[in-house]
Amino acid sequence: MTIYQVALVAVVALPALGAAAVALLPARPARLTGVAVSAITLLPIILLPFARSSTWTTYSANPAGPRLWTEVDVSWVPALHLDFHLGVDGVSYPLVALTGLLTALCTAYLLKSSGRALIALLLVLEAGIAGTFLSFDLILFFLFFEVVLLPMYAVIAGWGGDDRRRAARKFVLYTLFGSVFLLLGVVTVAVSAGTADLAELIGGAGLDRTTQYAAFTLLAIAFAVKAPLWPLHTWLPDAHTQAPTVGSVILAGVLLKMGTYGLIRVGVGVAPLGAEKAAPVLGILAVAAIIAGALICLRQTELKRLIAYSSVGHMGFVLLGIATLSVTGLQAALLGNVAHGLITGLLFFLAGAIKDRAHTGELAELGGLRETAPRLAGALGFAAIASLGLPGLAGFWGEAFAVVAAVQRGGGLWTTLAVLAAVGGALTAAYFLRLLRRVTHGPAVISLSPTIAGREWLAWSPLVVLTLAVGLVPTLVLAATSAPMRALVEALP
Amino acid sequence: MIAALIPGVPLLLGLIGLLLPPGDGDRRRPAATLGIAGAGAALLVTLGLLLFAHKPIEASTHWVTIGGIDLTLGLSVGVAVLYVALAVSAVALFVQIYSVAYLHDDPRYAPYAAQVSLFTGAMLLVVTSGDLIGVLVGWEVMGACSYLLIGHDRRLPEAPAAAVKALLVTRVGDVGFLLGVAFLISEAGTSRIADLLAHDYSSGTLTAALLLILAGVAGKSAQFPLHTWLPDAMAGPTPISALIHAATMVAAGVYVVFRLYPLYDRSPAALATLGVMAAITILLGGLSAMAQDDLKRVLAWSTVSQIGYMTGALAVGSPAAALFHLLTHAAFKALLFLAAGAVIHAVGTNYLSRMGGLREHMPVTFWSFVVGLGALAGVPPLAGFWSKENVLTAAAHATEGGEAVPVWVAWVVWLAALFAVLVTAWYATRLLLRAFFGISRAHGPDGPDWEIGFDDARYTAPATPHDPPGLMRWPILLLAVPAALLGLVAYAPGFRTALELDDPHLGVAVVLPLVLLAAGAGAAWWLWRAVPGADPAEALGPARRLFAAGFHLDTLQDRAVVRPVRALAKVVTATDEKVVDAAVEGTGTGTTGVGDALAIAHRVPLPGAAVAVLAGALLLGAVAVWFGAA
Repeated sequence: MTIYQVALVAVVALPALGAAAVALLPARPARLTGVAVSAITLLPIILLPFARSSTWTTYSANPAGPRLWTEVDVSWVPALHLDFHLGVDGVSYPLVALTGLLTALCTAYLLKSSGRALIALLLVLEAGIAGTFLSFDLILFFLFFEVVLLPMYAVIAGWGGDDRRRAARKFVLYTLFGSVFLLLGVVTVAVSAGTADLAELIGGAGLDRTTQYAAFTLLAIAFAVKAPLWPLHTWLPDAHTQAPTVGSVILAGVLLKMGTYGLIRVGVGVAPLGAEKAAPVLGILAVAAIIAGALICLRQTELKRLIAYSSVGHMGFVLLGIATLSVTGLQAALLGNVAHGLITGLLFFLAGAIKDRAHTGELAELGGLRETAPRLAGALGFAAIASLGLPGLAGFWGEAFAVVAAVQRGGGLWTTLAVLAAVGGALTAAYFLRLLRRVTHGPAVISLSPTIAGREWLAWSPLVVLTLAVGLVPTLVLAATSAPMRALVEALP
Repeated sequence: MIAALIPGVPLLLGLIGLLLPPGDGDRRRPAATLGIAGAGAALLVTLGLLLFAHKPIEASTHWVTIGGIDLTLGLSVGVAVLYVALAVSAVALFVQIYSVAYLHDDPRYAPYAAQVSLFTGAMLLVVTSGDLIGVLVGWEVMGACSYLLIGHDRRLPEAPAAAVKALLVTRVGDVGFLLGVAFLISEAGTSRIADLLAHDYSSGTLTAALLLILAGVAGKSAQFPLHTWLPDAMAGPTPISALIHAATMVAAGVYVVFRLYPLYDRSPAALATLGVMAAITILLGGLSAMAQDDLKRVLAWSTVSQIGYMTGALAVGSPAAALFHLLTHAAFKALLFLAAGAVIHAVGTNYLSRMGGLREHMPVTFWSFVVGLGALAGVPPLAGFWSKENVLTAAAHATEGGEAVPVWVAWVVWLAALFAVLVTAWYATRLLLRAFFGISRAHGPDGPDWEIGFDDARYTAPATPHDPPGLMRWPILLLAVPAALLGLVAYAPGFRTALELDDPHLGVAVVLPLVLLAAGAGAAWWLWRAVPGADPAEALGPARRLFAAGFHLDTLQDRAVVRPVRALAKVVTATDEKVVDAAVEGTGTGTTGVGDALAIAHRVPLPGAAVAVLAGALLLGAVAVWFGAA
């Protein structure tokens, strides 16, 4: 095993072992251990990109397949086509890095809190999410996909707001409903292709047209629930609103990305013919999500619920990018994924900070934040402006180039979708400005503490810096995505 | 790569400035230093390049490739670009210096100064960028900065609304801008402006893309029908108004059309649209300026009208005249706004109806206004005269045909521009007379009620108004120089070739505008003289209210756009809750209900259960017989 293979396994294994350690230790050392483990997990993540130059694995057998930087492939349950096949490439790496970063920030945010179970759950979540992004075996992918579900249920049900149990139940039942489709899709593919190895399956090799249609439909529904795609989104506002701050950050920051990542890698990858067939439907639903999400946000009265609904719109842009099935669109989707994770993560941290201080999230009861807490108001303003897609910040690229991709695709339908998506961009500005006007402008309504704790700075500042950095240098995310996306698109009919 | 410093330094110092803690006293010093240094550095670099660079600077480096589209970080700095950059950075420098005194007791001065720096840097990025995506970045950052700065004043209840309106209206235009850019770059596969200009587009795509870009231009440059944000934006601090009107923001739209002019030249439809838009805007702005009582709103509407002259010049095929008017306008409008700030500072109100008689107390401000308003109206030999003359000549020339634009559009632009000369002279004269002549109306029939008025710097109004302190006076005096003399530069050959401006010719054609000018100014003076103390605008009769309300286009916009969107939002939200989510919840409760029913069925007493078992057996038997028979 090379050092890179060790690192690859460590990204999944470290948090899993750490979670066990945290659960066994007494509260205070447990929290320290949790923070340390999440920080140490960043080391193998930082190491992984170096694998790219040293071992450049080429799959000559499957030209459409991913060129992995490094991989580990151990047979596990041959009867189920289940291999422990982990790998990393330019598509999955940014999301793995985002997962590691957000988990580290969340655990650090909880260092001063009481209890340890929440930190242990966050580490389990990290293992599951990173595993999903790294799996190159369909059955393994499904396993990791499901591992995430129950810890998230526990996070919402255990540490959430007043209506947490109902929200958590809705979340878990709704996403389980999606998982049924994922299981069916995965099994359909694995049985008819005789293998579950994604590296071989990508490009649609070995699947006939009908199977691809069926498989894509099943997989797309599963991922659409997770992403979420309108109209399968209604679990999200409740879950986000009720979840504790760290829960919302992980949920919006990386959990939703499992859906869009899955759609690109598994959906489009395994069943390109199905994707091509379903693209117009996907595009129309994505634009419906953009417009509906923005309009619904205009009517929201609660801070976290508004941000939650804004995710529906933002993920709509990502899905529109995927639906165009062009290199531009897919790259825009990958960039939009990462940008949304950074910006919405920051927004939820800030919403949490406001709610902690004001003890309310109702927009009508907030106001004048720039008078009482100018720094907090400044950070919120930054996050809101980043989220409405200001060029020069991370959010711009994904959304603008999803529109460009739709224009590029041409024809009446896609041009209309591009126009509607651009209009949705203006509506996004409308609701974020409404939010800022209610929360930061005007006379101070309630007095709240303006001092910002060290742990809060620690959690916010990396996200602020990265939002700016990805905005100015989008290559940070896109560096190694061009070749895999091109391979994917070339596999299309 | 020294030209990159022009936008780079203000942007960087602006970002650093945002991190400074807000506060009073000594904490203001670093903020002021950063702000002034940013604009000053940009000005020095621009001057240096103007003096020592002998050929246009073209540089670009690869930025990112998305799909098949190569984006570059590029600069394209010719002499004409440097003149615009000079105007931008000079006005920004004056605004920064002026703001130190104007906001001397504002605890949120630090973020303000940083945002002004970012604003300036973004405009300079638009000006110097050789890449359309770079232009888009600067374009949108400006929008965000204008939002922050217009909403700066916390004591004005209307400021947040005005800020939101400014960003939203321009953002609506930017939907078109983004789509237009998407059309242009997705077909050419690059976003470098030089390559785009050379690309051979099909005429349909080109016209569609250029019309879409015009929507963005209309938003940023406050052209009909997206001009509604500009008068309301007067809620921003007065130096910000100077910055928005003179150097940044509204100039950006005109400038972008100037940059893309080779493309526009190929599309008569786009030019015709631009021309009609310009003619409507010229008249709309001029007429609305006639009836305003708010000093800043007179100037705001005059900007709308003057920008119309620039877009009109672009439409009739003279980008040089447009750019020349942009430069002179930058000088005299910055002068007028900074001087207006001095007036507002001194009398504590914006309303002309409460001013009067300020000439004796504020001689410096008075003479600045004379120069500024004279240049605005086009009094020879002040700056505005020359540039407006260029626009009128270009329009008159285009009516003879031979330009890309249809002849009727040239007629429309020319007639609107001529008529507006009369209107401009009228309202400029009215403003001067109402503010500086006659007797003071500070204690009018309603008594002094400044608290209701518009004061965007907290201070105690002095017993007698006086000229502003040095930090505010010097920028005004220095701006008066180009406002008076910039027009004569038209005779300097270097400047003329840089802008590709025609030779100045003072023929018979000059007479007509001058007559109109004299008629307008004379009419206002005569009305003012005939009934002392009365507002000349009263002579407008019933039209006055229409003009004062800007032709009620705000109401129209509210009814046609804002309310339908709100209603739609209501419907969609209700659908989401009552249909989409209800279906989900219904599935849940339905399942629970069925489960409960089955649970009850399992708890029925023995006789009932026996009957059920027998009935079940009967049913199974029946089915078996049925299928057995078949």
